[in-house]
Amino acid sequence: MDKRKTEKEYKNSVVWFLCISVFALLVRVAVSLHPYSGAGNPPKYGDFEAQRHWMEITLGLPPKEWYRNSTINDLSYWGLDYPPLTAYQSYVHGLLLRYFHPDSVSLYTSRGHESYLGKLLMRWTVLLSDALIFFPAVLCFLIAYYSGQPSASKNNTAWHTTIILLSPCLILIDHGHFQYNCISLGLTVGAIAAIISGKELVGSSLFCLALNHKQMSAYFAPAFFSHLFGKCLRRRNPYLEVFKLGLVVLGTFVVVWWPYLHSLDSFLEVLSRLAPFERGIYEDYVANFWCTTSIIIKWKRLFTTQSLKLLSLSATLLTCLPSMIQQMRYPSRHGFLYSLLNTAFSFYFFSFQVHEKSILLPLLPASLLALEEPFIFQWLIQFALLSMFPLLCRDKLVLPYVALYGFFILLYNAPGRKQDTRGRSSSSIVKSLLVSVILMISFLLHVIYLTISPPTKYPFLFEAIIMLLCFSQFIAIAVYTNKKQWMLSEQHSTTMAKEKHL
Amino acid sequence: MANHQSTKMPPKPPTNNLKELIFITFLAFFFKILLIPSYHSTDFEVHRHWLALTHSLPLSHWYLDETSPWTLDYPPFFAHFEHFLSFFANLVDPIIVDLHKGINFNANSVIVFQRLSVIVSESVLIYGVFLLGRKCGFRERVLMWVLVIWSPGLVIVDHVHFQYNGFLLGILLVSIAALEDGNDLLGGFVFAVLLCFKHLFAVAAPVYFVYLLRHYCRGGVLKGFGRLVMMGTIVVGVFVAAYGPFAYHGQIEQVFRRMFPFGRGLCHAYWAPNFWVFYIILDKVLAFLLVKLGFDIKAPTASFTGGLVGDSSPFAVLPMVTPLATFILVLLAMSPCLYKAWKNPQPKMITRWIAYAYLCGFLFGWHVHEKASLHFVIPLAIVAVQSMDDAKHYYLTSIVSCYSLFPLLFEVQEYPLKVLLLTFHVTLTWYGFSSQFSETVVKSTSAQQKKRGDNFDLKKNSGAISRRFTLNWIEKSYLLGLLLVEVWTQFLHPAILGNRLPFLPLMMISIYCAFGMMYSWMWQLHWIIKSH
Repeated sequence: MDKRKTEKEYKNSVVWFLCISVFALLVRVAVSLHPYSGAGNPPKYGDFEAQRHWMEITLGLPPKEWYRNSTINDLSYWGLDYPPLTAYQSYVHGLLLRYFHPDSVSLYTSRGHESYLGKLLMRWTVLLSDALIFFPAVLCFLIAYYSGQPSASKNNTAWHTTIILLSPCLILIDHGHFQYNCISLGLTVGAIAAIISGKELVGSSLFCLALNHKQMSAYFAPAFFSHLFGKCLRRRNPYLEVFKLGLVVLGTFVVVWWPYLHSLDSFLEVLSRLAPFERGIYEDYVANFWCTTSIIIKWKRLFTTQSLKLLSLSATLLTCLPSMIQQMRYPSRHGFLYSLLNTAFSFYFFSFQVHEKSILLPLLPASLLALEEPFIFQWLIQFALLSMFPLLCRDKLVLPYVALYGFFILLYNAPGRKQDTRGRSSSSIVKSLLVSVILMISFLLHVIYLTISPPTKYPFLFEAIIMLLCFSQFIAIAVYTNKKQWMLSEQHSTTMAKEKHL
Repeated sequence: MANHQSTKMPPKPPTNNLKELIFITFLAFFFKILLIPSYHSTDFEVHRHWLALTHSLPLSHWYLDETSPWTLDYPPFFAHFEHFLSFFANLVDPIIVDLHKGINFNANSVIVFQRLSVIVSESVLIYGVFLLGRKCGFRERVLMWVLVIWSPGLVIVDHVHFQYNGFLLGILLVSIAALEDGNDLLGGFVFAVLLCFKHLFAVAAPVYFVYLLRHYCRGGVLKGFGRLVMMGTIVVGVFVAAYGPFAYHGQIEQVFRRMFPFGRGLCHAYWAPNFWVFYIILDKVLAFLLVKLGFDIKAPTASFTGGLVGDSSPFAVLPMVTPLATFILVLLAMSPCLYKAWKNPQPKMITRWIAYAYLCGFLFGWHVHEKASLHFVIPLAIVAVQSMDDAKHYYLTSIVSCYSLFPLLFEVQEYPLKVLLLTFHVTLTWYGFSSQFSETVVKSTSAQQKKRGDNFDLKKNSGAISRRFTLNWIEKSYLLGLLLVEVWTQFLHPAILGNRLPFLPLMMISIYCAFGMMYSWMWQLHWIIKSH
C-alpha cells in the first residue's frame, strides 16, 4: 500500500515537473517572438550578431584561427572573446544553421545577416540549449536538494521549481536580448547539484565547463573552491582528495583547451582575448561599486588601468574572504549556496568590466535559496529587473519585460504556497512602509524612464538614478546575506557543541 | 454541491474564491501580451477594416460599403461593438480608423491596440466562468477556470490567428450560467443578444427554444402563455434593437445577404474534421472502384481542395449535398437531445445539450470552419469537472479540437508555440484530472454519490474507489496516432514526397481528427440517450 502510494506520488511529481517545464518553455518561446538586441541596427548590430558571427567564424575557419586576427577574422568586429567551450557551442549551433539556412552563416558574406528563418533558427538554438542543459540541471538540483528534506511539502517544491525555471531576468536576456547564459548557468547548477549530493569530482568538472563557457562563471569560483577545500579538509586523507580534485580540474581544462596548447603563443593569444582590460573598469551605468562611486570619485581619471586592475582584484578578493573562510571552516550545503551568492555579489560589485547582465550570476544562487529567503529573493529580482530596464528598453523589449515582471509577481504570490509565518510576524510597520515606498519609487522610475525625456544637460540622468537605487538595494542584500552566512556557522557550532556535550 | 458545503462549513468569503481566478486570469493575461508580435491572419485586417468602417461611415452605410473586400458580414451588435472599439482606436492612432489610409495598416500601434482589444474583451469569458464556478466545489472550480481560460484552442484562434471568440463564448457562458441558475428569462435574453453578435451561434437555438418552452413556459395554460409572451417580447425586442435601424433604412435584405453567403461550398478550403470528410472520401473511393470495374464515371469539375465551389456537383458518384440537406441532418442529429429537453427539461443538463447541439452543427453543417469546434469544447470544459467519464471524454475531445486547429498557424515561427501549447494543455489537464479524481474519490465517496445521485452512472461511481484517471488502450493509441500524423505531415511528407501531393497532409489531419470528433459525438449521443 505504502509502496503504491509513493509510486503514485513519484508519477505525480513527474507530471507536475513536466507541466512546469512545458510552461517555462512556452513562455520562452513567446518571448523569443520579440526583437533581439541590435535588430535592424547596422553597422555593429548587437549580441545577436555577435553570436551569429561566431558561428560563421567557427564554421569557416580551423580552431587555431578562431582567436587570431586575420583578414577573414577581423577581431574588431565582434571577435570571439569567450573561452573555447563557447566557440565549440557556436560551431555545433552553426552546423544546425548551415543545414537549414546556409546563407545565414556563410563566411564573410553573412555579416549583419538578418532574416525570418535566420532569427528563428538562432532563437531555437537558445531554446534547445535551455531545454537540454538548464532544465535537466535544475531537475537534478531539486532532486539533490529535496532528497535530504523528506518533510518538504509538494506545493513548496513545485513553487520553487517554477520560480527557478521562470526567472524573468534570465529569460529576458537569453530569449529576448539574445545570449546563451542558460548554458553556463545550467552547468553551474549541475555542478551545485553534484556537489550537494556528494559527487565532488563530477561537480568540479561541470563547474570547469561552466568556466570555459563564460569566464564570468569565475564569480562562483571562490565559493566552489572554499567549499570543496573545506570538505576535503574534513576527510580522512585531505591531500589525496585535493589532489584528485586538482587532477579533474586540470584534466577538464586540458580537454577544452587542447587545440590551443601546442604552443605558448596560441595559449596566450586566447587568454588575452578573454580579458578585455582595455574596455575600462566599467561601461554604461551598471549598478556596481566602481560605477556608482564614480559620481564622486573619478576612478578612470585618478588611476591607471594597471592600478585599477590591482585595486579591483584586491577589493573583490577581500570582500569574498569572509564567505570563503566560513565555507572552509564549516562547509555545509546551505552555507555553500549562501557563499555562492556572496562571492557572486563581491564580483559584481568590485571586479573589472562588469556588465548589467552580470546580475544574473548572483541571481542564480538567490533563486536556489528562494524557499529560505523568499523576501530577499524577490527583492533582488525586482531590482535586477530594474537595473536591466534601460538595456531592455534599447532592445525594444518593454512588452516582454512587463509580462515577465507580471509573471514573477503572480508566481511569487501564487495561491497554495504555504508562506512562512515567522517572517511575517517579525515585520514591523516601519519595514513594510519602507518596502512600499521603495517599490513606489521603482515603479515611478519605470514610468519616468519610458515617458519623460531627460534634460539635455544630463542625458543619462535617469540611468544614473536607477543605478543608484539598484546599487543601494544590492548592497543591503549583500550585507544581509553575508551576515546570514556567518550566522549559519554560529548555528553550526552550537549544534556541534551540543552533540559533543551529549 | 452547495448544500453539501453549507452544512459542513461556513461559506468562504468571496475574496478568497477570487484569488485563484485572479491568479489564473492574470497569468493568461501576461502570456497573451507576450503573443502580441506573433503571426496574425487576414482576420486581423478584416477587423481593422470594420473599425474604420463603423467609425467613418453612418450606420446606414455599414452593410453597403465595399471599400475593401472584407465587407461587414457579422450581425449588427458586432458592428456596434467595433464602433465602440473604434472610438478608442481613434485616440490611439487615427490612421487605424481611416477608411482608405488604414488599409493593410501594419504599425505597432494598430497591432497592440487590436491585440489588447481581444485580450480585454475576453473579460466577458472570465465573468462567465466565474458565474459558472460559483456552484462548484473548490477544486472543480479552479480546474474549470484553468480549462476555459487556458484553453489552447482559444489562445491559437484568438490571440495568434486573431478573432474575438473569447468575448462571444463569454456571452454564451453567461447565458448558460443564467439557465443553470434557473434564471431562464435572463438566459434567453443573453442568448438573443449573442445571436445578434454572431449568427453562427444560432445552431443551439433549437435547444434553447425547446428548453425554454418546456422549462420556463409552464405551470398551467395561462401562466405558461403569459411567460411565453414575456420571453417572446424580450427576444423580439433584442432583435428589433439590432435589426430595427437597418429595417428602417430598408436594408434588411442587404444585411442578410451579407450574413449568409450561400455561394460558398460544403467544405472550407481546409476541411473541418467533420462528417463530410468521410462522405467525400467515400465518393472518391467509390469512383475509383467503379472506374476500375469498367464503369464510365466523369471526374467532377469542381475540386474540394480549391476552396470555393460553384454550382456543379463536386461528387462523382454520391448525390450532391445541398444546404437544406445539411440543415435537416443537423436537426436530425440534434433530435435526441431535443426530445430529452422536451420530456424533462433540467437546468443541470442544459450545458451538455448546448455543447451537443454545437457539435451536431459542426459535424453536419454547411461550410463549417474548423474554428467552430471551440463552440462545443468550451462548454464541455464546464461539464468535464463533474465526473471521471466526462473528464476522459473532454480530455480526448479538447486535444483533437486543438490539434485540428494546427493548420491555422502554418508559419514556421509559431510551430513551437502551437506544439508547446498543446503539450502544456495535455500535461496540465492530465495532472488536474488525475489529482482531482483520485482525491475526491478517496475523500468523499458518499458525498459524491449524494451529490450526483441522479446521475445515470451511479453504479460506476460507487465502484470508483479503485479507479484512477487513465485512458484505455484505444484512446491511448488514438492519441499516439495523432503524434504520428503530425510527424508524417510535418517532417516525413516533405522529406519523402517533397512537393508532390501537397493536399495530403491537411487531408490526413482532417480525416484523423474527424474520427475523434465522430467518437466524441457518439459518446455524447450515448450519454444523452441514456440519461433521464
